[in-house]
Amino acid sequence: MIIKILGPGCKKCEKLEKNTKDALETLSVDFELVKITDSIEIQKYGVMRTPALVINDKVVVSGRVPKTKEIEKLINIATPEN
Amino acid sequence: MLTFINDQLFRMVWLNDLAGWIVQTIFKLNLDEKLGQSLQFFIFDTVKIFILLSVLIFLMGIIQSYFPPERTKVLLGGMKGWKGNLLGALIGTVTPFCSCSSIPIFIGFTTAGLPIGVTFSFLISSPMVDIASIIMLMSFFGWKVAIMYVLVGLMLAVVGGTVIDKLNMNDQVQDYIRDMEEEDIFSEELTFKQRIDFGIEQVKEVAGKVWPYILIGVAIGAGIHNWVPQSYIQSALGNNNVISVFLATLIGIPIYADIFGVLPIAEALFSKGVPIGTLVAFMMAVTTLSLPSLVMLSKVVKPKLLGIFILICLIGILSIGISFNWFLI
Repeated sequence: MIIKILGPGCKKCEKLEKNTKDALETLSVDFELVKITDSIEIQKYGVMRTPALVINDKVVVSGRVPKTKEIEKLINIATPEN
Repeated sequence: MLTFINDQLFRMVWLNDLAGWIVQTIFKLNLDEKLGQSLQFFIFDTVKIFILLSVLIFLMGIIQSYFPPERTKVLLGGMKGWKGNLLGALIGTVTPFCSCSSIPIFIGFTTAGLPIGVTFSFLISSPMVDIASIIMLMSFFGWKVAIMYVLVGLMLAVVGGTVIDKLNMNDQVQDYIRDMEEEDIFSEELTFKQRIDFGIEQVKEVAGKVWPYILIGVAIGAGIHNWVPQSYIQSALGNNNVISVFLATLIGIPIYADIFGVLPIAEALFSKGVPIGTLVAFMMAVTTLSLPSLVMLSKVVKPKLLGIFILICLIGILSIGISFNWFLI
């Protein structure tokens, strides 16, 4: 599973990254975490508000920092086995 | 009844009395003396701003969660002429703004084919006029000034955007943006709980970021309020002269703050007899034209359009300041 954090590196982006890592730890799934900070690259995902969370090339959250629990749910939905 | 609500809820007269009581009983200072008055001003203004800030940012966060820029883009699509400009300006008032979000918004609007003037109407009104500034102004200067501020701010956004449209500035967008294709914009439907969470997060973020500026602003305000002689300020910014508006605008541009940090200074200057137009010009210059946001904007538009944008804002702010001084005194 490839997980991407989109954002220029503001406080909110760091918080999203932390919450995501926490969620991944609890779920213990294989993943690759990529950070995208370039605004042109970010635009390619159709994101107008950062930070955004992308799971397997699909944007699931934009413009807010979801709690760890919510991210766990989002990852579960995106995981094919479930 | 209206006066009572205005005094107690927006001007918070009760809090001023409470601050006075604290100064007298706890600090044992006399309210007839300068030190006591400064301290009262400092306590009153700091607490008042933090109360207003928390309530307003929370409510705004919830309202804003209904008007994300993704939706704005769809709403504005297909709007032409002054109606597009007006809608752009109006939506700007309910959209959160920070200079860091201006680039993705600009790119998103432009690749969607929105007229560049509509985008600029949005970009002018978004930092200048918002719900928080309306209520803050009501609290500090009363509802007349607040309504006038909103009306002229929206006017400037509509006129500014229309002028940029008429000047045919489409080639002044940076080339890399014109080569971009429009992407499907992601949007999600939030639950009410998520909106509440968003509002709380916004309060934490904004309060965590602006509290030093508020303390500095209030301290400067308290200093002006009680220690700087009225004649000094009068000779520099008073006299109802045109130069004072110029001066206030020029001082305001490099300052990067929001309405919460600027108001205590403006309030103190007002009590020293600086005319309201001069102060409105100052506040508009601080919120709309700041160095960080101009740097951001220069990444998406070419220098000529950036120059025109600055010029339009300058002329607009100056004429608003001068006419406020003319009509409201």
